[in-house]
Formats: sequence, structure tokens, C-alpha cells
Amino acid sequence: MIAASRLSGGSSRISLEAASPRYGEKAIVWVLAMCGVLSVLTTTAIVISLIGPSLNFFRQIPVLDFLFGTFWSPAIQPASFGVLPIVVGTLNVTLWGLLFAIPIGLGAAVYLSEYARPGVRKTIKPILEVLEGVPTVAFGFFAFAFITPLLQDVWPGFLGSGPNIFNAGAAGLAVGLLIVPTIASISQDAMMAVPGGLREGAFALGASKMRVATRVIFPAALSGIVAAIVLAFSRAIGETMVVLMAAGATPNMTLSPTEPIQTMTAYIAVTATGDIGTGTIEYDTIFAVGLLLFVITLVMNMISIRFVRKYREVYE
Amino acid sequence: MISRNWLVAAGAVAALAFGVAACGGDDDGNGGSSDNGNGDSAELSGSVLIDGSSTVAPLSEPMGVLFAEEHADVDVSVGTSGTGGGFEKFCAGETDISDASRVIGDDEIAACESNGIDYEEVSVANDALSVVVHPDNPVTCMTVDQLNQIYGPDATATSWSEIDGLDAEFDADLQIFSPGADSGTFDYFTEAINGEEGAQRSKDVNVVGEDDNATVTGVAGSEGGIGYFGYSFFTENQDQLKALEIENEEGDCVAPSEEAAQDGSYNPLGRQLFIYPSAQALEKPEVLEFVNFYIENVNDVAADAGFIALTDEQIAEAQAKVDSLTGGGSGTEEEGE
Repeated sequence: MIAASRLSGGSSRISLEAASPRYGEKAIVWVLAMCGVLSVLTTTAIVISLIGPSLNFFRQIPVLDFLFGTFWSPAIQPASFGVLPIVVGTLNVTLWGLLFAIPIGLGAAVYLSEYARPGVRKTIKPILEVLEGVPTVAFGFFAFAFITPLLQDVWPGFLGSGPNIFNAGAAGLAVGLLIVPTIASISQDAMMAVPGGLREGAFALGASKMRVATRVIFPAALSGIVAAIVLAFSRAIGETMVVLMAAGATPNMTLSPTEPIQTMTAYIAVTATGDIGTGTIEYDTIFAVGLLLFVITLVMNMISIRFVRKYREVYE
Repeated sequence: MISRNWLVAAGAVAALAFGVAACGGDDDGNGGSSDNGNGDSAELSGSVLIDGSSTVAPLSEPMGVLFAEEHADVDVSVGTSGTGGGFEKFCAGETDISDASRVIGDDEIAACESNGIDYEEVSVANDALSVVVHPDNPVTCMTVDQLNQIYGPDATATSWSEIDGLDAEFDADLQIFSPGADSGTFDYFTEAINGEEGAQRSKDVNVVGEDDNATVTGVAGSEGGIGYFGYSFFTENQDQLKALEIENEEGDCVAPSEEAAQDGSYNPLGRQLFIYPSAQALEKPEVLEFVNFYIENVNDVAADAGFIALTDEQIAEAQAKVDSLTGGGSGTEEEGE
């Protein structure tokens, strides 16, 4: 009783609250919260700014004509607003980029995580990550001035006529180079995060290094690897400068690496920097294409989150 | 909304503004350029409203900026509603000067007449749209009809061998390049070759937007490449490209050149660019001063904006037209408003 009354009496007199109001600290909490909110606000603002002109566009062009039309010529008369050619163009570059980057990126990740000695890893990983910081315009120039002539020289005749001066393949390879560090770095982190016990257990059972890497580590790290690939896909689909410089500006429904194509991002970049009149339907197409790009990336990210949740191996 | 020409023009302004500013100092503020003699009097003020062709704007913009260097109180605004849109406002009396990349049309003449707007057609630059191909292309001269077989809205040719009546055998795949549909070059070319402004083939065409450099690299890098742009872009890159001769109305094959553009033999792809000042606007001293300034100094920016300069005769003719519109002679009587 005495103790209790002392306790209750004490709580009425001794407060755990700060003696002074500490407005500064509250302000800091607010500023930090705002920093977090800012990114949400930015995304919201982007969506809102895309939707207005897009609605304008879809009032004149039916959504289905836009999504499933196979002829894209928004500026030159007679105009046609079928977006598929530039969607396919985007997928073309992304496809070749991923085909190139996934094996190389995963190979590098397996090497760094399972084979490389710590000293080597400490040297190679930063170099790999520096590649991520190279301006994409440099990759674009590399694709145009180096990869394209190289492809034209080594192109075997039995595959048909060689690559055009602007072609999807060179752009795809350059985009692939661009996303190798993303895939390698994130996958390697995922592999390194697999508990050492699994590795050691497999070794104890007599598995070879190769077997441990492919049968134990790879499945265990799969959710991280998929996340890495989806991130790389989003990066590739949104890449603008490389395709603008190396892939041409010809809307073209093909997955061929030798032909000139146009991607959604390159269309937006070319059109937005032209002498285009605001309020024209051509102006609104930029936003409609931008919105479609946004939706595609969003869907990809949602799929990846589902995938990661479903296949995540939880230890401990 | 920045095209290459604009950037070049802006660069020209920066360079010239420096020079003119220096001159202005020496001339003690009498304009340094105008010969109509009202420069020494009270400082000019007011505004000059220009609208019209986006092709001419890369000339009018730097002229406006340079003019403002000498007459800080005069506000020169340059709109780009297109040649047609510009004339609409001009003939309604809403603008002082109309920029035009073609001569005024019959409807527009009637509109101006009904509103009592008197005007003159003043040349400010020449241009020769150059059709360029790969240096290994054996074709030397093409007709408008042959170009139409490549660029026409219904054209389907995919190889040079499908073009009728070429002056040389050539069997390479066509790689077609075109500027963006918002450029004046596109408007002019489609009008001259396809007979309708804005109508052009869009399938299998590499539409490079405002980036004429992409046409240069594309045509230089494809054996069957073809593209077109302003004359200055060809001269800058003539070591990589070959310009085709174009068969003109008289039936002669003419290569693009400064002389051919200036004497009119390079048709239909040679053109003049105009400003149309109205007599009413020229009663305002700031507009008159600006137009005189424009005619005298436009050759300094023409090359940087991608055009061919006026000849001395063309300048004299332009000056004479302005003088006739202001009632002859270089009038000094109008002081203030």
C-alpha cells in the first residue's frame, strides 16, 4: 500500500516529459517526416500532371485505338495514334538488354559472392558500381560510335542484311551494359545474405562449390535476384538517352536487332524538345505515352513484389 | 520547345550583342545603323509586335534582342503562330509585323484589304532546302515527282530501284529521314514536294525531330539514305554527304547554292523568307526604326540561323519597299506618337 501510494504520488509529481517544450526537436521530427512525405507527394504530382493532358487526349482518341493500334504517326498527316509500334520498340531494346545483362550480371554476382577472395571482391565491386554512375549519354555515344560499327563488321551474312546505322541491337547491348551493375550488385547482396550455415551444411555433405552456388545459394537468394532483375527491367524500359542516340526514330513493330526503332521514352524526348504547340493533340500524346510508361513500370513492380513475397525464403 | 535553330540564333545574339554593344558606345547612341535620322532625338519607347512563321523567328528573335541592346525601352515580342496564323492577326491589325516563310496568299490579301491594312513584302533571307544522299549514291538529279515517290503520303517504295526514271541505276534499300512535323523545313518541303503542307509518308521514316545532326549521321551511315534540311546544314557536312540537284520548273537540274537560291533558279526548294510590316505600324517611330535596323543587320545573323544572306540588290529592294510604304524618302518628320 505504502509503496503503491508512493508510486502514484510520485507519478503525479515527477513527469517523464521533458522539462522544457523542446520545440527544436519537434521541428526536426517534422522536417524528417516531410522528407519522407516529399517522395510520396512527388509521385502523386507526377500522376496528376500526367492524367490531365492524357484525359484530353483520350477524349479525342479512343483508348482501345491507342492501345491496340499498330500504326504510330501522331504528327505527320494522315495522323494515326496506335501506340503498339513504340511499345514493341521499347520491349525490343529491353529484351536484348536483359538477354545480355542477366547472364553477365548473375555470373558476376555468383563469382563475387562464392568464388572471389575478399581482397578481390573489395576491389571489383566498387569498380562495378562505378559503371552505374557513368552518364547514360556516354553509353549512347558508345553504342552509336563503337557497338554499331562493330556489329556491322562482324554481322554474319546468313542472318540477313546487317544492322542499320541506327539499330535496336546496339542500343540494347548498351542498355544491357548499363544494367549489369544493378543486377550484379543487388544479386550479390542477396547471395551474401544467405546464412553461412546453409553453405557449410552443403559443403559438409560433400557438394562441390558449383553445386552449392547453383542448388543452394541461388534458390535461397531467388527473391533478391528477381528484385534485381525487375529493377533492371524498369531501368531499361525507362532509359532514354541511349535509345535516342543509337536506335533511331522510326516507329517499327519488330523485335529484330538490326532495324531502326523508336521507344516510348525516345518519342517523348524527341517530341517534347521540338517546336510543338501546347494544347495540340500531338502535345497531349506525350502525356498519354508517359502515363502508359508509368503504368507498365508500376505493374512490373507490383508483380515483382508479389513474386518476392511468394518465393522469399525466411530463415531463423 | 527549343529547336536547334533557336539555340544557334541565341548563340549568334550573344556574340553579336557584344559587338553591337561596343559599336553603340562609339556611336553615342544614335543607333549606329539607322539612316532615317531620328536616332539622335528622344529615346524610343513602345513595343513592336511580331508574329508568324517559326522558320523566320530565328531571324526575328535575335534582331529583337540586338535592337533592345540599343533601345532598352522598346519591347520587341516575337510570336510563332505559323505563317498563316501570323497573317490572320496581322490583317486584323493586331500585330505590327508578320513573319512569313512564303508569300501572302489570296485570302489573306483580301482580309488585309477589307481591314484597310497596307503592307509590303520585305525579303530578309534566302534558303535552299538541300536533299542529301550518301556519297556513293550514283543518282545526281531528281525531279519533284521522284521525290514524291519517296516522301509522298502514299509512297511505299522501299528500294531506290523502285523509283521511276532515275538518272542512274541504284539498288539499295531506302533509309528515309525527315525533320519533325513542327519544323518550318518540314512544312515547306511537304508543300513543295507533296503539294500539301504537313502531308508526308510516315511509314518507315526516321523522324528525327529538330535534330538535323541525326539526319547527317543517318544518311552518311546508310548507303540508301536520303534526307533534307536547310542549306547551311549541308555546307557544314558536305564532306560526308552529297546534295542532289533538283530539276526546276524550267527543266534544268540545279544544285543548291547561294547563287541559285538568290537568283531563284533553285526551285521549288529554294525560298525566300519575308517580314510584312504594315504602313500603319510604320507610323510608329519604334517600328520604323526596328524594320530599318532589321534590314541592315539581318545578314549578320542569317548564316547562324541556317539561312543564306541577302544580296546587295535584295537589301536595296527591301529598303526601297519600306521607304515607299512610309511615303518615300527616309522620312524624319514623325517624332513621337
